[in-house]
Amino acid sequence: MGKIMTATAPETGKSLTGITKVRRLPPEVSILAVLLGIAIVFEILGWYFVGESFLANKQRLSIIVLQVAVTGIIAVGVTQVIITGGVDLSSGSMVGFIAMVAASLAQSATNGRAVYLAQGWVDLNPIFPILAGLALGALIGFVNGWLIATTKIPPFIATLGMMVTVRGLAKWYTLGQPIALLHDRFTWFGQSFDVGGFPVPRPVIVFLIVAVICHVALTYTRYGKFTYAIGSNPQAARVSGINIGHHLMKVYAVAGLLSGLAAVMTAARAQSGQPGMGVAYELDAIAAAVIGGTSLAGGVGRITGTFIGTIILGVVTSGFTFLKVGAYYQEIVKGVIIVAAVVIDQHRQNKRRKTS
Amino acid sequence: MVSPSTMKIVRESGAVSGSEYLLEVDDVRKEFPGVVALDNVKFKLRAGTVHALMGENGAGKSTLMKIVAGIYTPDSGSFKLRGQDIRLKNPLDALENGIAMIHQELNLMGPMTVAENIWIRREPTNRFGFINHGEMQRRTVELFSRLNIDVDPTVEVRSLSVANRQMVEIAKAVSFNSDVLIMDEPTSALTEREVDHLFRIIRTLKADGKGIIYITHKMNELFEIADEVSVFRDGKYIATKPSSELTRDDIIRMMVGRDISQMFPKLEVPIGDVVLSVKNLSLNGVFKDVSFDVRAGEILGIAGLVGSGRSNIAETIFGVTPASAGTISIHGKPVVMASPAIAMAHGMAFLTEDRKETGCFLLLDIQENTQMAVLQNKYVKYGFVQRGQLAKDSQVMANTLRVRTPDMQEPIINLSGGNQQKVLISRWLLTKPRILILDEPTRGIDVGAKAEIHRLVSELARDGVAVIMISSEMPEVLGMSDRIMVIHEGRVTGFLDRSEADQVKIMELASH
Repeated sequence: MGKIMTATAPETGKSLTGITKVRRLPPEVSILAVLLGIAIVFEILGWYFVGESFLANKQRLSIIVLQVAVTGIIAVGVTQVIITGGVDLSSGSMVGFIAMVAASLAQSATNGRAVYLAQGWVDLNPIFPILAGLALGALIGFVNGWLIATTKIPPFIATLGMMVTVRGLAKWYTLGQPIALLHDRFTWFGQSFDVGGFPVPRPVIVFLIVAVICHVALTYTRYGKFTYAIGSNPQAARVSGINIGHHLMKVYAVAGLLSGLAAVMTAARAQSGQPGMGVAYELDAIAAAVIGGTSLAGGVGRITGTFIGTIILGVVTSGFTFLKVGAYYQEIVKGVIIVAAVVIDQHRQNKRRKTS
Repeated sequence: MVSPSTMKIVRESGAVSGSEYLLEVDDVRKEFPGVVALDNVKFKLRAGTVHALMGENGAGKSTLMKIVAGIYTPDSGSFKLRGQDIRLKNPLDALENGIAMIHQELNLMGPMTVAENIWIRREPTNRFGFINHGEMQRRTVELFSRLNIDVDPTVEVRSLSVANRQMVEIAKAVSFNSDVLIMDEPTSALTEREVDHLFRIIRTLKADGKGIIYITHKMNELFEIADEVSVFRDGKYIATKPSSELTRDDIIRMMVGRDISQMFPKLEVPIGDVVLSVKNLSLNGVFKDVSFDVRAGEILGIAGLVGSGRSNIAETIFGVTPASAGTISIHGKPVVMASPAIAMAHGMAFLTEDRKETGCFLLLDIQENTQMAVLQNKYVKYGFVQRGQLAKDSQVMANTLRVRTPDMQEPIINLSGGNQQKVLISRWLLTKPRILILDEPTRGIDVGAKAEIHRLVSELARDGVAVIMISSEMPEVLGMSDRIMVIHEGRVTGFLDRSEADQVKIMELASH
């Protein structure tokens, strides 16, 4: 391009045109503040009503993270879907169906009432149920993406249909029977291990790894950049040469894969597969993403935010249990907190994004 | 200071104000994070005049008008309407006090009818409180006949052309009996004939004693319609003069603070081999049998009225809407342009006409907007974006095009229209195209930036890029093109060489 490229970049950090630089806080700061605020409120209420600390309790912290690990894994996937401007309602049903499939491949020969897929399919290496779960999740997710890309029906409808169908599959698979007494080598993945007297559940480690990988993918790879582009302006993305259909299939497949992973973790932790597993998990996952700053309109969202959003949900749930608030009240207040967290965050975003 | 509601009552009582100005703002200041948008500016509008606001992108015109229209509240400064101090709190306040703004991006509701759009929130009702559609239509017809607008009040707005939507917006503003009408680049999407119509309407309004604030980048319009001109630069007020006392060069000098000697520095460059060849290209119902060649170093201008199919041809060549018949060859080899990705792989770049719809990723920052197209083929290793090199090259591009921003992490939505356009141009230049299609590359862009973009296009042509440039602005087409292809109703009506082309010949071919 010859002469056009002659101007040189200014030193890093120096303003382009002498306009004062704006200091930008990462968008997660406010949501982190909400998390701390909620934790502190529970801490104070704890000393006041229960007479003990809310946070300084290894068992409780372990439960908080264990509770959120499964929905967290799903939330990381659904965050990516929401960034493209879509939504995935089928993840909870996938947990039910895939937990059944994984459980059926993880049965122990010592179980006299094993549900046979084929004679002798017991005591398999745990790699089989895990891989089958991941593959099945990716496949169902891919079908979601393929439906949306080719028929152009709204993602809400496509995944709503998938949600109902897959829940049906979960029940059909064993005609409603649960599969129990799974092999120890499989259930190992759902157990905790001890780190200095602190019980760390393995699903939590999986959640952390998944979150880090997806954060890196969204922030540093072409896959991530295209995901944001499609959610921000699909037409502009198309003109920029992005194949939207292909990309959506990838994103929904990733979300499905993570739902499959969540299903495997659920089955391993519960040491069984039940067709009713994962009901409404998709809503918790969407709530976590939205609390974490992901915009349902697409184009905006980060895994770090979703991570914090997930923890908020966990803290709220276990905080109420700790304060011995009745289950009914818990749900009522949880709904209010979800909405309030998003209202606060949106208000702050609007202040930040005043246009000129 | 009177409250907006008191003011409204006073106005409706028919009281006459003592001030010679309809509107006076003084010492107005407005800051946005990191930018002083307005630095103690003043502005006075007389009744029965058209007052043009001139300035480069980001000079503060749009911000000032948004303050006048009650969309922004100023940080400080005085604001007088008909001689009375007033503080408008929101656009509704402004509207009820006789200030109406016609936005650059039209604000109509597509699925609703023309009449519904105009009378929304003020629908005539019958005694049961239901909307009286007959009365609403009667009022619309009356309003339209007064303004000489020929639009059916019962059709949905989304079925109207851009020009007609603009007319509806103007009629809506007039329907509020507004004294102050703000028009922000009203002609940017209009053909010459439609512009004439608009000017007739403006003259009618002027004769009725309305004050019209007119923002434009087009000099010839200014001398045709404006009585007074106020110039702004970098958020500062420069001067106000009657337009009869000014020349084009005076205004440019005030706007950019320096002389721009040559507006269209077209370079004479050797024309090379045919790069892109289009044969009998057709798209069902839109255009038919379009054939042309573009050579390396050549700038092919495409002229024609809005809606003649100019943009559709560009979209088809770039694979956005694949052709129904005909061939596209690049360097003599036929290529099936099934998607933009294929076009890009063959060295094409396409700057679309509509910044907001098909250009900007408004939620993303400048860096991300700049890199989105080039990521398709370059700056990616093992799926990872090579951020360092990409940031450096994007920064160079932004500096070259003089994008006015604190840094590359600024959300693009915070930039003015012209600066957004520069970012989009950098997006495509980063891909180092061999064939560059530009659809209205300088629409809504100030004089200084326009000349820069023209220079850039000229230099690209010198480096052997084949350029196709669609433009509604005659001086641009005539100044930049080596050859001009004219389109009328989806068909090529003629080619004009640079030496023989003039405005009259183009208009003849374009309207046939």
